[in-house]
Amino acid sequence: MKVLFNPSRKTASLIPEWRSRLVLGFLLTSLTILISRAVYLQALNKDFLQQQGQSRHERVIKQNMQRGNIKDRNGEILAVSAPVRSIWIEPERVHATPEQIKQLAGLIGVKEAVIRQRIDSGKKFVYLRRQLPPALAEKVTELNIKGVNLKHEFYRYYPARELAAHILGFTDIDGRGQEGVELAWQDMLTGEDGKRRVIKDRIGRIVEDVEQIQSPKPGQDVILSIDSKIQYLAYRELARAVKKQHAKTGSIVALDVRTGEVLAMANYPAFNPNQRSSMNNEVIRNRVLVDTFEPGSTLKPFVVAVAMETGRITPDTLMETSGGKLKIGRAVIHDVRDKGNLTVSQVIQASSNVGAAKIALLLPPKTFWEMLNRSGFGAETGIGFPGEASGRLRAYNTWRPIEQATMSYGHGISASLMQLARAYTLFATDGELKPVTLLKRDMPAVGQKVISRETAQSVRKMLELAVQPEGTGSSARISGYRVAGKTGTAHKRFKDRKGYAKDRYISSFVGFAPASDPRVIIAIMIDEPSGGNYYGGTVAAPVFSRVMEGTLRILNIPFDGPLGNLVISPVRTELEDKG
Amino acid sequence: MIKLNIFLFVMLVICGLGIVTARYEARKLFMEQEKGQKLTEQLEIEWSQLQLEQSTLAMSARVEKIARKELGMVTPPTTENILVIHHPDYTLTPGETE
Repeated sequence: MKVLFNPSRKTASLIPEWRSRLVLGFLLTSLTILISRAVYLQALNKDFLQQQGQSRHERVIKQNMQRGNIKDRNGEILAVSAPVRSIWIEPERVHATPEQIKQLAGLIGVKEAVIRQRIDSGKKFVYLRRQLPPALAEKVTELNIKGVNLKHEFYRYYPARELAAHILGFTDIDGRGQEGVELAWQDMLTGEDGKRRVIKDRIGRIVEDVEQIQSPKPGQDVILSIDSKIQYLAYRELARAVKKQHAKTGSIVALDVRTGEVLAMANYPAFNPNQRSSMNNEVIRNRVLVDTFEPGSTLKPFVVAVAMETGRITPDTLMETSGGKLKIGRAVIHDVRDKGNLTVSQVIQASSNVGAAKIALLLPPKTFWEMLNRSGFGAETGIGFPGEASGRLRAYNTWRPIEQATMSYGHGISASLMQLARAYTLFATDGELKPVTLLKRDMPAVGQKVISRETAQSVRKMLELAVQPEGTGSSARISGYRVAGKTGTAHKRFKDRKGYAKDRYISSFVGFAPASDPRVIIAIMIDEPSGGNYYGGTVAAPVFSRVMEGTLRILNIPFDGPLGNLVISPVRTELEDKG
Repeated sequence: MIKLNIFLFVMLVICGLGIVTARYEARKLFMEQEKGQKLTEQLEIEWSQLQLEQSTLAMSARVEKIARKELGMVTPPTTENILVIHHPDYTLTPGETE
């Protein structure tokens, strides 16, 4: 390069030498300062500065994911999450005119004084109002008050209200499951919130995606085995019966025999999950699963089954029950009515305590215990419902003869209604105990073989006799179908002391239909009916009849009863395509 | 040498302008995407509200009430039902009823 600065002699002589040196020195010093500053900023302080810069326009935003819906087996929605907005403030940053506060108060329905108080609270984060409809929240943003922010949240709504409340449970305000299915399948229902880093411009619009820190996963839907039509029917009839009988509570459960699916499960009184004020600890209990009771005579078929299995009796063995009394030690077992000597079938049909006790005393305690144990008593059903009770089945080596005798008719043992209903799958199938589930299964479930086919069939026959006009459960009959079932009327235990209350009962009924090829089991329990009736046959059996009739119709199950309204189509080919 | 320099300079300018346009396009598309996402969100809100509405209207209790009270419908008794079953193995012999 050529030297650009080439002073002529003239100028050189006019300007003193030191001036140019001074300028040069000054420039060099400045340059050094600038370079060192640049090095300082670029090399040493780079990370800090870049971070500061980014924090001024980069934001990490959270993407809330919706909780999965809960649906019934036909896809009807039982629980759904609707988006809502919550309004929160950063009190330190709020700048609002009195006029704005007034408008805000009007919009969100919170008093002005309350808003002021929250602004002055000096906290970092205060909610003003939670779960507002999105349209209303939009208006709040239009007020454009600094420091007032929106948070996206979801509100859980249960369209079926109290109908399925005990099954579904509910969530808290932050969307976490607290009870029921909402709690049991919490992991599946909740999605994973996403996080992404974005660049926002001066007015808060997002202008660029920097990175996805965490990709969001929406919650999965849970499909229950419940059929909402059957559920409605069961709840309606149960509610009607509890009111009519002036009972304290009532529970009902319906099972699909082949798949072990729970088709309906209801308790009364129930609560409305959409209104927190309607809830209390008593009313939210899903009594079908979390409460146990002494099942009473509904347990009789099990002692008969095991006695038949071990060859000690046949359905026609005559049991000497005349007098209707049996003395064991100091205790006496009574029958409601003395019917003379009864065959085993008649013991079930007439629900004779003495007969059942005598059969029980034929058995070694261990054999009887094993039968009850294998029928699922004293252990959880594996349905996965939070707080499920296992019931009480004492170890056989502690049994005294009187206890063994009373256990045959369902006293001194406790079970949940679900356990009882499930145990009846033994007689509804050919001796299999089916696993129960609250989730849609659709495939026949393989159960555990407990009794032989022959025994199951003869007990089924006895249970069919029990709902004949001469049986205790005659009001459980349905026209068009053959029904089988057993009534139960148990004295309630005192809560605070030993023994049984004379005038307080639990009436129950467990049965299945159609008896020729059982498809549905329904169990009903009514606690302390006090309207005059208390027998299982008059209180619980009519509920069974109505719910079962509707259920069989809803499920399109063909008649098997003695009615002439069954036509087998001779026109085959035309129907072929339509199935 | 000069030709090459000019060529490179022109290329540089073109590339620079290209970057600017690409950047601009990216922003525009991004805005559009954001708008789309907003719309999705809004439609989702609407969808869940419609679902709610549908399930509320289709509640069995309500349907039953309307069917029974307003339309005067009844459940036919079992005796009035005739069930027609198509059974592949079944042949109807004359005179048989069931």
